Amino acid sequence: MDILKIENLTKVYNGKTVLDIPKLNIEAGKITAIIGPSGAGKSTLLSLINGIEKPDTGSIFFENEEFSKIKSFSPATIRRMALVFQKPVMFNASVYNNIAYGLKIRKMDKTLIGQKLTDAASFLGLSDLLDQKAITLSGGEAGRVSVARAMVIKPDLLLMDEPTANLDPANVAIIEDMIKKATQIYQTTVVVVTHNMFQAKRLADNIVFMLNGQVVSEGCAFDIFENPLDQRTQAFITGNMIY
Amino acid sequence: MLISLDPELYGIIGLSLKVTLTALFFAALTGIPLGVVLALKRFPGRSILMNIVNSLMSIPPVVVGLVVYILLSNQTGLVGDHRLLFTPTAMIIAQFLLALPLMMGLTSTAILSIDKLVKLTAKSLGATPFQVALKVVSEARFGLYSAMIVVFGRLLSEVGAVMMVGGNIRYMTRVMTTAIALQKGMGEFQTALALGMILLLMAFLINGILEILRNYGRAS
Ligand SMILES: Nc1ncnc2c1ncn2[C@@H]1O[C@H](COP(=O)(O)OP(=O)(O)OP(=O)(O)O)[C@@H](O)[C@H]1O
Ligand SMILES: [Mg+2]
Repeated sequence: MDILKIENLTKVYNGKTVLDIPKLNIEAGKITAIIGPSGAGKSTLLSLINGIEKPDTGSIFFENEEFSKIKSFSPATIRRMALVFQKPVMFNASVYNNIAYGLKIRKMDKTLIGQKLTDAASFLGLSDLLDQKAITLSGGEAGRVSVARAMVIKPDLLLMDEPTANLDPANVAIIEDMIKKATQIYQTTVVVVTHNMFQAKRLADNIVFMLNGQVVSEGCAFDIFENPLDQRTQAFITGNMIY
Repeated sequence: MLISLDPELYGIIGLSLKVTLTALFFAALTGIPLGVVLALKRFPGRSILMNIVNSLMSIPPVVVGLVVYILLSNQTGLVGDHRLLFTPTAMIIAQFLLALPLMMGLTSTAILSIDKLVKLTAKSLGATPFQVALKVVSEARFGLYSAMIVVFGRLLSEVGAVMMVGGNIRYMTRVMTTAIALQKGMGEFQTALALGMILLLMAFLINGILEILRNYGRAS
């Protein structure tokens, strides 16, 4: 089953078409990795799926609800997703209150929030930082907080834009583990943008390869990595792409 | 004169604070939400409104005083029969009108200085438009405290508007600034200077209190 169906989607910035996707489906309960060179439109695609940016033409269907230039997702649908931005932005508050934000605005019970926070923080090695002001965190710590902040919500659709870009190998492993657990235990659908081909291999069920705003190839990870039919895709994953 | 601190002086200090703080209170109550809307909402005429607000931020107090005077006066005023002219209420109204655009303008500047990604992050985590606005306001809180300090300073030191609609009536509408102007007019420079010192001291104390509030907000 597909949780997302994208049809004839385009996005134009300053007269330049940065995204042009005639058709793309995202399978529910699976991990999809979006790969592709810088400027390919990966982050733009995530912002559109999350409803933060509006498309210029075309639609995104979340289950059967349509989002387009003139139609917004309902608040309830928006609350079924969470996005981890490429650049982690900390609210000027404690680490605790940063991670708890998504739960607080959903009016979750305070004791329950406390429990979830303790769990998430110990998983991500943030337990000692909960009282620290989030704007004083190191880059990697902030990255982990922004992952935790989205994951505690337990969204049905988790969108992550290079969630491990700033992290050391140990923390990369922890976060990859959390992502896998989320799909296994909670059937979370994950769409993760990554520049790390090894990570894509380790994590993804499906791969979407983007280039110049277009989806050049997509399919199950095994096929894409072991037997890429498209020449540019092969060049990119083997690191031989010439820009 | 300073040492004897007669009851009249207490009355003047009290009225100054009452007028200025009341006007500040109502200006913050209305100006902050309006400034937030101005900064965050896209609506037709927004940039024109922003221009108007920014221009009104530097309007001379005497002009505001004049307008309120005309509105409240018996012959010409639209609301003249309430007999508000030359009362503290008239002074509060004039100072409120003086403060409102300043409060709105400084608020929207503070809000607009917050990284757009804060707004998007809140939204991406499921915040409703109102919750997004609350988050941005909370991120801009230090800017808002500063705005209040600026507006307070402008109101406390302002003489044109309170003179025009209050009339500097003894025991009734005389405040620090109009008293200073009067003493100077009578050649009592020493008294005028002493009053000026007291005014400065008041500003110092109130700013200290606001500063403590600001640090309290920062700690949380
Ligand atoms: N708000 C914007 N205004 C103008 N151009 C934009 C905007 N956002 C993105 N772009 C442009 O759209 C193109 C795609 O950007 P996007 O951020 O989606 O790329 P990306 O695939 O995420 O790249 P990276 O791997 O470097 O993060 C780029 O050329 C970028 O300059
Ligand atoms: Mg990107």
